[in-house]
Amino acid sequence: MILARLSDYLIPLLLAGAAAYALGRRVDVFSALTAGAGEGLHVVLRILPPLVALLTAVYMLRASGALEVLTRVLTPALTFLGIPPETVGLLLIRPVSGSGALAVGSEIMQIYGPDSTIGRTAAVMLGSTETTFYTVAVYYGAAGIRRTRHTIPAALAADLAGFLAAAWTVRWMF
Amino acid sequence: MAFIWVAITAAAVICGAANGSMAAVSAAALDGARAAVELCISLAGVLCLWSGFMELLKQCGLEAKLAALFRPLLRRLLPGACRDPETMAAVSGNLSANLLGLGNAATPLGIRAARRMALGAEGTASNELCRLVVLNTASVQLLPTTVAAVRAGCGSAAPFDILPAVWISSLLSVSVGLLTARLLERVVR
Repeated sequence: MILARLSDYLIPLLLAGAAAYALGRRVDVFSALTAGAGEGLHVVLRILPPLVALLTAVYMLRASGALEVLTRVLTPALTFLGIPPETVGLLLIRPVSGSGALAVGSEIMQIYGPDSTIGRTAAVMLGSTETTFYTVAVYYGAAGIRRTRHTIPAALAADLAGFLAAAWTVRWMF
Repeated sequence: MAFIWVAITAAAVICGAANGSMAAVSAAALDGARAAVELCISLAGVLCLWSGFMELLKQCGLEAKLAALFRPLLRRLLPGACRDPETMAAVSGNLSANLLGLGNAATPLGIRAARRMALGAEGTASNELCRLVVLNTASVQLLPTTVAAVRAGCGSAAPFDILPAVWISSLLSVSVGLLTARLLERVVR
């Protein structure tokens, strides 16, 4: 709980601390903040088009029931690798949708209990991976990259390693 | 990206037809476009705030100090980016925000670094840029605050008792991602 309290202090302290330090160094704090914020607005405009394209595709995929079909197909293989079958749905949605993954993960924790092996595995999976496709779309969209080369395969390999490690460490530690 | 987009939409159309859920797929396409704009608007304020914060750090010299802290690690991982002080500062900020679990702050900083690293690359991702993005897709947080909050909400006895497991999994995931990128960068041109 102390950790949770600490993280409440983090952002306000960072902002106030940096501003106080800058003031001490005779920097015009307010105009520095607004100049940077104006730059941020340009970035927002650049990432909107790739996000529209990506989220349209992801929402279509979710509505089509393709993830349920994939879950059914992949469950035996993933169970063999030591991943609890109850978490396979989470594993598939994690790379494409952050809010979707959080919803699926919370549901798993509610059904099986946050301190059960399955609930813990889901939590570790959520904590040790990111929304891969969203990150790639935002970074490369803003940077104007069209040829992503080996980024997606490497990122998905990292996700898979994270899921396996989550299942194994929870089973071994608890 | 083009191939992935076509693969996702084709899969959606085929599965939608097979499941008879084409009406839902069609509605979802429009929903997705709207969600992207909503996401951008919700992201806009945070993006502007942290960009402003970075500008402040730059002007008062804290940015250079942060970069010096990460130099030993980044010199091996992103040697090219290390030659440009501003890219280096953005990457350092991105990594520290990630470590602290401030995903919202990490994104603008990572974008700033990615934009500088993509200069003159004509739309093709360099090996180092791929490494930076893989690092960010693999999540290296020390404090997974969101997940802990969800666990606490579900009545967990100790929401943060998963920390060691999260650290081990994150570390393994990042290592595998970077290793795969190393191996593939020679194959994929």
